[in-house]
Amino acid sequence: MDGKMRGFLTSPTVLLVLLALVTLSVLSVLPGPPVLSGLPVGRALAAEKVELTFWSWRTEDTVAYDKFIKAFEAKHPEITVKFMPYKNTEYNTILSAALQGGSGPDIVQLRSYGGFEPYAEAGYLVPLDEKVPALKDFPAIPLSGARDRKDGKVYGVPFAVQSLQIFYNKGIFSKFGLKEPRTWDEFLDVCKTLKSKGVIPLAQGTKDGWTLESMTGAVAPNFYGGTQFFNEVVKGKADFRDPRFVAGLKKLKELEPFFPPGYLGISYTDAQMMFVQEMAAMFIGGSYEVGYFNRQNPALKLGVFPAPPQKKGEPALVSVYPDGSFGISAQTKHLKEALLFINFLAAREFGQMFTDELKQISPIPGVTPVPGVMTEIVGLTKSSTPYIMLVGFRYGQPTGSVLLQNALQGMFAGKLTSEGVADEIHAGLVKWYQPFHK
Amino acid sequence: MRVIASSAGNFLRKHVYVAFILPALLIYVVFLVYPLLSSLYYGFFQWDGITRGAFMGLANFKKLLAESPYNVRFFSALKHNIHFFLMTMAVQNLVGLAFALILSRGIRGASVYQTIFFMPYTMSVIVLGFLWSLILNPTWGVFNKLLATVGLSGLARPWLGDMATALPAITLVNAWHWVGFPMLVFLAGLEAIPAELHEAARLDGAGGWKLFRRITMPLLMPSITIVTILTFIGNFNAFEIIFAMEGSSGGPYYATDVLGTLFYRTAFGEAGGFSGQDIGLGSAIAAVMFVIIFAISYLGTRFMRSREMQY
Repeated sequence: MDGKMRGFLTSPTVLLVLLALVTLSVLSVLPGPPVLSGLPVGRALAAEKVELTFWSWRTEDTVAYDKFIKAFEAKHPEITVKFMPYKNTEYNTILSAALQGGSGPDIVQLRSYGGFEPYAEAGYLVPLDEKVPALKDFPAIPLSGARDRKDGKVYGVPFAVQSLQIFYNKGIFSKFGLKEPRTWDEFLDVCKTLKSKGVIPLAQGTKDGWTLESMTGAVAPNFYGGTQFFNEVVKGKADFRDPRFVAGLKKLKELEPFFPPGYLGISYTDAQMMFVQEMAAMFIGGSYEVGYFNRQNPALKLGVFPAPPQKKGEPALVSVYPDGSFGISAQTKHLKEALLFINFLAAREFGQMFTDELKQISPIPGVTPVPGVMTEIVGLTKSSTPYIMLVGFRYGQPTGSVLLQNALQGMFAGKLTSEGVADEIHAGLVKWYQPFHK
Repeated sequence: MRVIASSAGNFLRKHVYVAFILPALLIYVVFLVYPLLSSLYYGFFQWDGITRGAFMGLANFKKLLAESPYNVRFFSALKHNIHFFLMTMAVQNLVGLAFALILSRGIRGASVYQTIFFMPYTMSVIVLGFLWSLILNPTWGVFNKLLATVGLSGLARPWLGDMATALPAITLVNAWHWVGFPMLVFLAGLEAIPAELHEAARLDGAGGWKLFRRITMPLLMPSITIVTILTFIGNFNAFEIIFAMEGSSGGPYYATDVLGTLFYRTAFGEAGGFSGQDIGLGSAIAAVMFVIIFAISYLGTRFMRSREMQY
């Protein structure tokens, strides 16, 4: 570029003209209505047959959902259901845009708690309390994930519950004559024995912050006092600087010597791989791992136990949380048919199919879990507590989850004490969590 | 009549370029300028659900710049952008300059080396971010194994998980990726310097360093300006490489958090759904980023242009 050309491009007149052009065009676009418009999906084609669209983020479960839908269509030949999954990480954006533009689906898969509330509060969802009788019998925690905190109404039928516990390799345990630990000290002894035998005791790394939140959910509740502390902190009677919560974090730190070498750089998938390849004896994680572990190494003899409490006889608590729920869009033109389908999704028959096909825990009462580890896990959830940050503190920015995950990375990097972690969590939450303002 | 027609023809001929610029200008306005201005505009609203809420003036900006912990995250991210930029200038652009100087001497196989040095530039950020994550992995990574084979296993680190090494490691990967670009720009700049100037200086008794300092450097200033400004813009907009290697949280413990990841996390929520969306605050971050980048690029260009020489 020669000097003359540069001068032309940067001269104030040219810049001004450009700016004016730009402003004009923006002003003419700004007040316009949303461009997205409703697409009548196949409605005109078959007058007597109603088609429901069903959006989901479970692209990997398409085959299973097609099976569920076939079972429904067999009972209701007048209705067809079209399952349309979108990429997990893009689902929220696509759904928001579609609902705002009036082109959303009839049936919506919803995330729990803070994940669905904006939709309910903007009037995009149908309240289901009276319309789905089966909801009355659902357990409290899964249902709470689909209940709007402001109006107290339920907007979805919960579909899966996840829990956090410790998986172990039965082969490695029996090779060294180890048993499932019942107390915290026994647990540390098991870890020490494994380490002395040259086996990595825990496949945990700290590179992906969210795995630290799962670890907290598995380990800490026994020490902070589970649901009682949860209720206090949610109501603002206690906060995260409470010595009970700090004690829970200290216990987490006690596990550090048993992490793999270089654990600061070990990601979630590295940890999974170490456990699956039997390099590490234990893995602290969610019930959703079972299917993956089985597929990756069918020879791995998988065992499970809850993170042990300090003393024998104390309850061993497991954090649980609902994955999400199914709701109905308020824009649906087929409310009657949508309700038929949503009631089907709340029935035991669907719950059983869901559990058998996808190896997940269904919240629907009366469903028999898949034999083996899954049944054991469902047994563990008998003494459960809400997964604290997800259930209580994901409604504002910064979320409790983000604060906890990052501060714990700081703790394991040696930059923060457990008290420092607690302070940082509190300082972030107090910005938006009203009960802490008292 | 003829006069009018010919003057109209003249007018058309003179201004026909407008017709050629218009399509590009339209695309530019619709896809760049409009989103930019609208995001500046959204920064003045409360928008933490899925619909835009009330107008709240400068509240988002105040929160971002003056309210803990939001401002702590903001200034820590800004600091990391500055580190990222300075390290990139020191490593990527100096190495690029060195490569260019060596290649411009017309050594044997220069074009082969040029191709090799430029090769990483053609790779996708996501792919090479993933590859380097594998190479630097503490358990199965090649890099630590290599250190062990040469007897330096004491130096082995979880490079991407250690707060002290994470950002420098990413900066080096980034430099490795882009080094071909400054090299090419400098090479073109060097080739444009008339050989007689060097010859004349040499006759006057100037040696290697003096030659570089007094002749090459000043005449290379236009290239240096371009590379510096583009590096600045690129580094302050950095997102992909950090997202690919550390995720949207800019871990460990925010050690690699830059304005780009902070913006992404705030506006769109974390990829795992760990945080909600706050488009209002996110837009405020984008607006501040824009102001910083625009102001510094503008002033920087003016300052550096003033030091350029014509020949």
